[in-house]
Amino acid sequence: MRAFKLCTSVFAVFLATINTLSAKQQTDTPSEVNDGRQLFIANCAVCHGPDGDSVPGVDLGHGKFKRASSYDDLVEIISAGVPGTAMPAFSKVFEGKGECLNCHSVKNKGSRLGPDLAEIGAVRRMIELERSLLEPNAEILLQNRMVRLVTRDGITITGRLLNQDTFSVQLIDSKERLLSFQKSSLKEYAFVDKSPMPTYRDKLNPGELADLVSYLVSLKGIGGQ
Amino acid sequence: MNARAALLVSVVLSSLLSASISSGQVSFERILGADKEPQNWLTYSGTTLSQRHSLLNQITPANVKNLELQWIYQARSLEKFEATPLVVDGIMYTVQAPNHVIALDAATGRVFWTYSHHPVRGRPCCGRVNRGLAILDDILFMGTIDAHLIAIDAKNGRPLWDTTVASARSAYTITHAPLVIKDKVIVGTAGGEYGIRGFLAAYDAHTGKEVWRFNTIPGPGEPGHETWGGDSWKTGGGPLWMTGSYDPVLNLTYWGVGNPSPDWNGDDRPGDNLYSDSVIALDADTGMLKWYYQFSPHDEFDYDAVQVPVLADMEWQGKPRKVILWANRNGFFYVLDRATGQFLLGKPFVEVTWASGFDEKGRPVLVPGKIPSAEGTLIYPGNPGGTSWYSPSYNPRTGLFYIPAWVNSSSLFVKAPVKYREGREYAGGTNRSTVAFDWSPAPNFRKEEEGYGAVRAVDPHTGEMRWEFKMADVTEGGILTTASDLLFSGGREGYFFALDARSGELLWKAAVGAAVQSGPMTYSVNGKQYVAVNAGTCLFVFGLRQ
Repeated sequence: MRAFKLCTSVFAVFLATINTLSAKQQTDTPSEVNDGRQLFIANCAVCHGPDGDSVPGVDLGHGKFKRASSYDDLVEIISAGVPGTAMPAFSKVFEGKGECLNCHSVKNKGSRLGPDLAEIGAVRRMIELERSLLEPNAEILLQNRMVRLVTRDGITITGRLLNQDTFSVQLIDSKERLLSFQKSSLKEYAFVDKSPMPTYRDKLNPGELADLVSYLVSLKGIGGQ
Repeated sequence: MNARAALLVSVVLSSLLSASISSGQVSFERILGADKEPQNWLTYSGTTLSQRHSLLNQITPANVKNLELQWIYQARSLEKFEATPLVVDGIMYTVQAPNHVIALDAATGRVFWTYSHHPVRGRPCCGRVNRGLAILDDILFMGTIDAHLIAIDAKNGRPLWDTTVASARSAYTITHAPLVIKDKVIVGTAGGEYGIRGFLAAYDAHTGKEVWRFNTIPGPGEPGHETWGGDSWKTGGGPLWMTGSYDPVLNLTYWGVGNPSPDWNGDDRPGDNLYSDSVIALDADTGMLKWYYQFSPHDEFDYDAVQVPVLADMEWQGKPRKVILWANRNGFFYVLDRATGQFLLGKPFVEVTWASGFDEKGRPVLVPGKIPSAEGTLIYPGNPGGTSWYSPSYNPRTGLFYIPAWVNSSSLFVKAPVKYREGREYAGGTNRSTVAFDWSPAPNFRKEEEGYGAVRAVDPHTGEMRWEFKMADVTEGGILTTASDLLFSGGREGYFFALDARSGELLWKAAVGAAVQSGPMTYSVNGKQYVAVNAGTCLFVFGLRQ
């Protein structure tokens, strides 16, 4: 229990430090602080200790870093890790085994078919991100809906719906083409109710899942993203 | 010059003189006979019967494909442009929000003059909008956001008189076009989300002095006061924010009254809350109530009954009858006898879950449990309603009534405690809607079952839908029909279109780039027919390609 409390206070100071480093001040909600605390306990405290000062030269609770002088530096270190040290790259699962870049993008890297995730940590809570990874069909935001259409020539196109009106439909397909069709020119046009995202329940082990969630939570869209 | 020639010259001169005097002189007789001069548009809904139906027929189903843009007026305002223009002998008068009156050449769009009233206060719930003007003789009348009624010289835009109708500090506003009856100008007050006590009042057209007043929330000693518990009548709402109608034979003026306050929590206003959500029929000379019919007693869904009362004469069960046709925000289509208020028909025109039908007197039978709650209750139609202020149309040629409808639209109604504070919102909760009010077109990701817009054509004799024209997004556009059986309307997604009024077939469309948020109207100048509509912040005028 004591370790938990320490982690909480360390994380709070760490958070304050992050906010100080960021270009714009953030206001963190209690639920965001709680999410961050859990992430800190799960992913950071093992090496950095409950006080955040177990790594020589680094004191997270007092804003002392070896390599970071800005918010972007911190995100970069959490994402890419520090080569030659024990600091892992939390984006490794995202860019590797998870194959997330096949559909998503961050910092102009990856595909633009799926939603851009550069700010996903700012708009979705940790529990929601984890749920999306394990049960991708549980909730699909309106702006992430997929449609399938068949042209009069018999060509089938599936893509993310960008807009529609009485007479036309706009989408982005897997080849990242912005397409617009007159509905009258289509043989079929329908929503795809199932998310194209696979479940990661059996694809990632708990550690990998935690790394992936940690990385997504770190994507706050602050700075030059 | 012989006597015969002198007589001829005299007759011609007299005729010319008469023409020059009458030009621009909009007598009340002309307003009553507005259907006989369809080149003009002399009152908000075209005639005092409010059918928004024009006898112009130059534009037909056969040639409507040749419609093209004639001119645009771009408002110097970012507010919604909801006004229906008036056109008098080639001059158009309209209102740029909030309260700037513009006189234009109706054939070219060139501006003659502008009169600006800058409201110092005014807290309308839903935009600092204005829906149009009234005219009598050479005087224009405008209600303002800060609850004034202003008379303006139609020739030069100079103000003639300015009457304070109600207190803007208490959130009274005027957003609708006034209605002229005889020598009076009639306006009502909006502010139903702020706990006003609504009223309709008539003012002398030449002096601005109040002639009569009807309180839509009756006070002590007035009939209907007993339908309000405690002091709730003092802040009971009952706003008026759409123009009424007039039957010259019965000398009755009909107005739709808005929601009771607070909107979603009726705990502190026990009773039916007359005359909220009612149609009231008043003697046009005295303002005395002849009859009323309440569509939604003790409303807790914000189902304003402010729709334009559409007056029609038709065969009803084998006999001629003077009726009112009414598609209500509460999801029901009604037919009432307009001489007596007798309920003749009530039938849903969209899905309705708050009421299951009507008793023998026409009172809605409520569905138990379908009331707002702390955790939220799902109700159809949603807060935006099955329709709202968007003008319907009745075409006597087709015998159909045309409704701008929100279909499959629902809301979760959430109730919360609220205390009245002058001029502050007094709604008593909130709502979450499948299709929210959104004044600008946003990307549309919705499926049809989550809400769409439509023009629905209803047979008034049965309430049955004859046809439907579906739109992917909802509509805040009114409907105009013409004697060539064309129907003009538009939607939030930014199309203005023409349908075959008999079948609903799409005949023509134009992308106007922003939500259509006004009632279309038509007029002609020098023999050429025009159709005008507002979308976004612009007035678009179309005519046939030469």
